[in-house]
Amino acid sequence: MVRLPYSTALTTLFSYGLLFAFGHLRDFFRRIIDSRKPTTNLKDYAPICLGHEDFYTRRLFNRVQDCCNRPIASAPDAWIDVIERYSNDGNKTIHRTSKTSRCLNLGSYNYLGFAAADEYCTPRVIESLKKYSASTCSVRVDGGNTKLHIELEELVARFVGKPAAILLGMGYATNSTIIPALIGKGGLIISDSLNHNSIVNGARGSGAAVRVFQHNNIAHLEEVLREQIAQGQPRTHRPWSKIIVIVEGIYSMEGELCKLPEVISVCKKYKAYTYLDEAHSIGAIGKSGRGVCDLLGVDPADVDIMMGTFTKSFGSCGGYIAASKEIIHHLKQTCPAHIYATSMSPPAVQQVISAIKVILGEDGTNRGAKKLAQIRENSNFFRSELKKMGFEVLGDNNSPVMPIMLYNPAKIPSFSRECLRLNVAAVVVAFPATPLLLSRARICISASHSREDLIKGLEVLSKAGDISGIKYFPVEQEKTTSVEKLKKIQ
Amino acid sequence: MDMAFPVANATAAVLTRVSAAFNAPLARAVVFGVHIDGHLVVEGLLIAVIVFQLTRKSYKPPKKPLTEKEIDELCNEWQPEPLCPPIKEGARIDTPMLESAAGPHTIVDGKEVVNFASANYLGLIGNEKIIDSCVGSLEKYGVGSCGPRGFYGTIDVHLDCEAKIANFLGTPDSILYSYGISTIFSVIPAFCKKGDIIVADEGVHWAVQNGLHLSRSTVVYFKHNDMASLASTLEKLTRGNKRAEKIRRYIVVESIYQNSGQIAPLDEIVRLKEEYRFRVILEESHSFGVLGKSGRGLAEHYGVPIEKIDIITAGMGNALATDGGFCTGSVRVVDHQRLSSSGYVFSASLPPYLASAAVSAVNYLEENPTVLSTLRSNIALMHKELSDTPGLEISSHVLSPIVFLKLKKSTGSPTTDLDLLETITERVLKEDSVFIVTSKKSNLDRCKLPIGIRLFVSAGHTESDIFTLSNSLKRVSASVLSD
Repeated sequence: MVRLPYSTALTTLFSYGLLFAFGHLRDFFRRIIDSRKPTTNLKDYAPICLGHEDFYTRRLFNRVQDCCNRPIASAPDAWIDVIERYSNDGNKTIHRTSKTSRCLNLGSYNYLGFAAADEYCTPRVIESLKKYSASTCSVRVDGGNTKLHIELEELVARFVGKPAAILLGMGYATNSTIIPALIGKGGLIISDSLNHNSIVNGARGSGAAVRVFQHNNIAHLEEVLREQIAQGQPRTHRPWSKIIVIVEGIYSMEGELCKLPEVISVCKKYKAYTYLDEAHSIGAIGKSGRGVCDLLGVDPADVDIMMGTFTKSFGSCGGYIAASKEIIHHLKQTCPAHIYATSMSPPAVQQVISAIKVILGEDGTNRGAKKLAQIRENSNFFRSELKKMGFEVLGDNNSPVMPIMLYNPAKIPSFSRECLRLNVAAVVVAFPATPLLLSRARICISASHSREDLIKGLEVLSKAGDISGIKYFPVEQEKTTSVEKLKKIQ
Repeated sequence: MDMAFPVANATAAVLTRVSAAFNAPLARAVVFGVHIDGHLVVEGLLIAVIVFQLTRKSYKPPKKPLTEKEIDELCNEWQPEPLCPPIKEGARIDTPMLESAAGPHTIVDGKEVVNFASANYLGLIGNEKIIDSCVGSLEKYGVGSCGPRGFYGTIDVHLDCEAKIANFLGTPDSILYSYGISTIFSVIPAFCKKGDIIVADEGVHWAVQNGLHLSRSTVVYFKHNDMASLASTLEKLTRGNKRAEKIRRYIVVESIYQNSGQIAPLDEIVRLKEEYRFRVILEESHSFGVLGKSGRGLAEHYGVPIEKIDIITAGMGNALATDGGFCTGSVRVVDHQRLSSSGYVFSASLPPYLASAAVSAVNYLEENPTVLSTLRSNIALMHKELSDTPGLEISSHVLSPIVFLKLKKSTGSPTTDLDLLETITERVLKEDSVFIVTSKKSNLDRCKLPIGIRLFVSAGHTESDIFTLSNSLKRVSASVLSD
């Protein structure tokens, strides 16, 4: 968890207060000036956005818009070509140029390095494109069910360790459409407080009651479970029809793993069902890449429903659900994304099949094992070096996601622009994806980063960190491995 | 007499003592110039007693929270329902398996069939130019984009695709989504919040219903494609309601309804919208690239200027033979979605090869507008041929590329209807090698329109394909529906 020192909290609050005050002042003058001009809004129509709803967008976010939505002109691999942009009116509108700059990519979710053209996957993908074309133009239950889809469902079920699986074309839609199919009114969903927006949407769309437990706090989860089972539904006190507890494998904004063995034991004790969202952890952690169950030694049969996406570690798109045969059968009859949405594009399906084969070693080489070892080594090395430099880094060991705390709103653009100037593409995240005071920069390590790439990244982050003043912890003096010493070790 | 006397004496003594007390100097105090008599003291004491009783809390039985042991017992007794219902006997889940591209002719379960189950309206599946542009994209960018749009997932082909679509339709800007159905259920909650009013057609498909539910606005449905019902609903909502002018109001319709094949009369809707001051959200998944002289959609078909429609969304998985979706409108509409539309911000972006396929598809449509007249003549031929099918009637619009056949006489129960239709489609596939499908419904779908057989006409079909279908369908439905 994050420890926020008082002085930092006070200065951050003061900065935000100043920004809000200036924003309101500008709004006030803008209202006066605009009341003289004829209105451009359609007459008698209520405006699309009322004034205060997009206050944050207009007054705070637009000033630092150039740190977000940066377009690239190459594959999202270890090195990318970031397109240079300019603005003539203080970031209100941003224009593209045709120049690009080559930067080290520390932002894309490319954990195993399948993002760019791969020697095993790409020829097979092109072959399937020529055979099945880019899309089937049909829903899965009508005419969109190809041989590739069936093969991938069996392969995913085998890879994850469950009896059966169902495939969907988008990771976000997987959560939002599967949860309503599993639980409805009269049920209870208990979800972690830091769960992803897709889970929140799915829970809201299902009509079930939702309760939240403190992030990774097993005692609080047990307390919530006991209280809810004892009290029953609100007001009528009827017993709940079923309870589902939703946790994630790796939380993408914290870099932490969930305490899966304890969650499973609590859920078994109180007869609740578990739903594990492995969007970031499948393929990236564990000795054979099978995710958080592999790493923490949990039997996949103990988790009722395992969900994952193919965007991060497999370099494709789409999501899956793996569970028992009855649940998958039920989902195939009722899940709306399976019945109403265009089926997954066949070349993307082939990419996942080839990627899983590489990871399992079934392509005849040991590239998969090498990639898994490489990402583990890279993440641990990078994280320990960052901590030695004095940055406040969150997350557990072995996790390839590393948030670096920034806190102050002025440090967000300064860190991001300084890194870009020194040719490192870093990602900064602020409100509303994180709490208001806890903005951070997030590093995602990939298996395709070599040791030189990481050292260069560390050098640039250190320089940018010095300029922005985000080294909140003291630098370790005795065991400081300076950058020159690292280069000598090479 | 003897006893009475001392009693009387005692009483008199008490009385004199009491009146003496009342006349005592204390009782005769003068406070603030007010002469206090003794009886005032008694009255004061009574008032004090009354006030004391009123301020005492009323008696409530003490609340005892559950003890740990009781909670344990309750938890042990509670039995949850199973996560899913058990598998029903004879439930059909085997779908036919395709072994080649889903073009007008495809291979299903090992044999070659004529395919009427893919919404491949312009016949672009298998088009050489599109496949070449995809191959180029795959070699340059790989398959996935590995990140959401905000974090280095914006690739230049996305920006090109957005500009191309906006240019094609004549709007200032557009925004790309990575999945067809997620477009509409992210756009509606981005603009409609709690307290807004939405008037929607009752035949909209599940994704629109989900978006309406997630928006938490007040939703009023009107009768399917009935403009009189729409007018009366709008009138009822705005008449006499002064507050209605300050809240946002939307009409949500589809251009070609997936559940029935009807086409929404856009000129009528625009007239009503301007009269009652509503905004229109138009879902154009099945009409983009199909209706209109050059394929620009429903607005071109009716001759309505595109600026009058506030928000247009479409999935690209139909005429453009790729995946994903887009939304277009004024600059304010599109910019607002870049930060507040959850399906855009929190999801990975569209794979780059699909975006370049979309660009090539729009280019193809601009260069070959004759493909639209082929499609239209195919649809007309299909209507002519199927108009006299025994037991089935066409309930879709004459210009719609989705030809919807429903039972002339429904058996009364949806399950038996579905069984009959499935028998027809299975026999048509097995005996005559024509691949057709029924419209399927999830139990989460609230639409009440009847199910039927849904045929997707493509510009790639030849006349002989249509004749094969009509002969086969007439033969099989005569045999299945006559008994």
